[in-house]
Amino acid sequence: MHIWRDLRGTVQPFWITLRNMLRKPVTVQYPEQKQQLSPRYRARLILSRDPDGNERCVACHLCSAACPVDCISMQAVEAEDGRRYAAWFRINFTRCIFCGLCTEACPTLAIQVTGDFELAGRDPLKLVYEKEDLLVDHCGHNSEYNFYRQAGIGVAAPRGTNSTESEPVDVKDLLP
Amino acid sequence: MSDPLLTLVLILAKLGVIFGVILTLAAYLVLAERKLLARMQLRYGPNRVGLFGLMQPLADLIKLLTKEDFLPARADKWLFLLAPGISAVTALLTFAVIPFGPPLELFGKTVPLVVIDLNVGVLYFLAFSSLAVYGIALGGWASNSKYALLGSIRGLSQLISYELSMGLAIVPVVMMARSFSLTEIVMAQEKIPYILLNPVAFMIFLISILAESKRIPFDLPEAENELVAGFHTEYSGMRFGLFFVGEYINLIILGSMVTVLFLGGWHGPWLPGVIWFSVKVLAICGFFIWVRGSMPRLRYDQLMHFGWKVLLPISLLNVLVTGAILLGMG
Repeated sequence: MHIWRDLRGTVQPFWITLRNMLRKPVTVQYPEQKQQLSPRYRARLILSRDPDGNERCVACHLCSAACPVDCISMQAVEAEDGRRYAAWFRINFTRCIFCGLCTEACPTLAIQVTGDFELAGRDPLKLVYEKEDLLVDHCGHNSEYNFYRQAGIGVAAPRGTNSTESEPVDVKDLLP
Repeated sequence: MSDPLLTLVLILAKLGVIFGVILTLAAYLVLAERKLLARMQLRYGPNRVGLFGLMQPLADLIKLLTKEDFLPARADKWLFLLAPGISAVTALLTFAVIPFGPPLELFGKTVPLVVIDLNVGVLYFLAFSSLAVYGIALGGWASNSKYALLGSIRGLSQLISYELSMGLAIVPVVMMARSFSLTEIVMAQEKIPYILLNPVAFMIFLISILAESKRIPFDLPEAENELVAGFHTEYSGMRFGLFFVGEYINLIILGSMVTVLFLGGWHGPWLPGVIWFSVKVLAICGFFIWVRGSMPRLRYDQLMHFGWKVLLPISLLNVLVTGAILLGMG
């Protein structure tokens, strides 16, 4: 028998709840008060543009391959200047689990997450976002990266003219 | 107006007022409980419907009424439909014997503020609180579900065990007041309430009615984390609502019984009797909510152990000691 311990264990919780009743609740009253979200919050996906204002997406399908719920689909096309882009790009947000694996897979930083989590609606079809819904007019998290200026394939500028590139080497010159 | 007609009108008015007040009080007790519990857990509780969430009971009622009235496959249909009614009606009927104020002078007539002043009011209360067990037992049995059945079996054994100590806690009160009538018990407490004369009986009664109302720490019949929802697992819509309302009416009844038996009923300085009575009842209900926010649930064997091996001997001893003292005082 531990009478003293049991008595204390019976009375103490009452004191704790009484004290809690006089404290201010920690609830954030959502629609009126909004929480400060982390800058890395993962919610709605966007397709960003590079600093020159062109689409970053090169329609490589890596995001749809990485997607665990298969909610990303697209059609790849190549423009005359050698630029690849998506003819159409579709994300089904009714299936999206906001894991962010697509953004990790993206080699051109095109697909990015935003903090906009207020996606709820009554019509599921309205949650199927097409390319024009996804494409934004800014660079997203990274304001410098431009895939075509790093890739050395001579699309945005002739080969060797970008700042991080050196002149292409004519391999036949190196022959003995 | 002729005299019998006046009497009839007065009785009907009294019934209507009691019915309305009890049901409204039960509905708002749910809201009060949700808000108080929320504050104990550092939340706000319902505060969206109306000012401070005061229309929440109405919203809940609309929700419950528009939900599907679900009947499980191979359930015992009639018992299933009847059980919530038994639960709510027995709770409501119990209030008939509870005196909630001193007799009132109206139109030259003395109107006792009790529906019927039975000379065996205590027995009536005990009988109806036993009958309320049928609601749980039949509801759980008729649902054709393991969880409901387990819940109702637990409820049965728990209520029967704790009714013993509850009854034995009332015995000293009856001995001291020398009456089974609740009105006379209140009258006998005019100078000093029985909580001061017999605190042991008060504690036993309080613990027993906690078990009787199937609330934390004795909510084993509906233990959520073991039995889904216990005896009302299969109930939906307003039938669940009846069980729910019955539980809260029962809470008010038990609070009134504590007030009548131990806290001196309507007696109190300065304020009118009815107000004193309501304050005491609401204080007891508030205490019940506080207990719910503070206590964990007992294990089943602890519950039985406590009921039979602790409460019952103490209450028997209390009856004997009280009897001896009363005998010694003559």
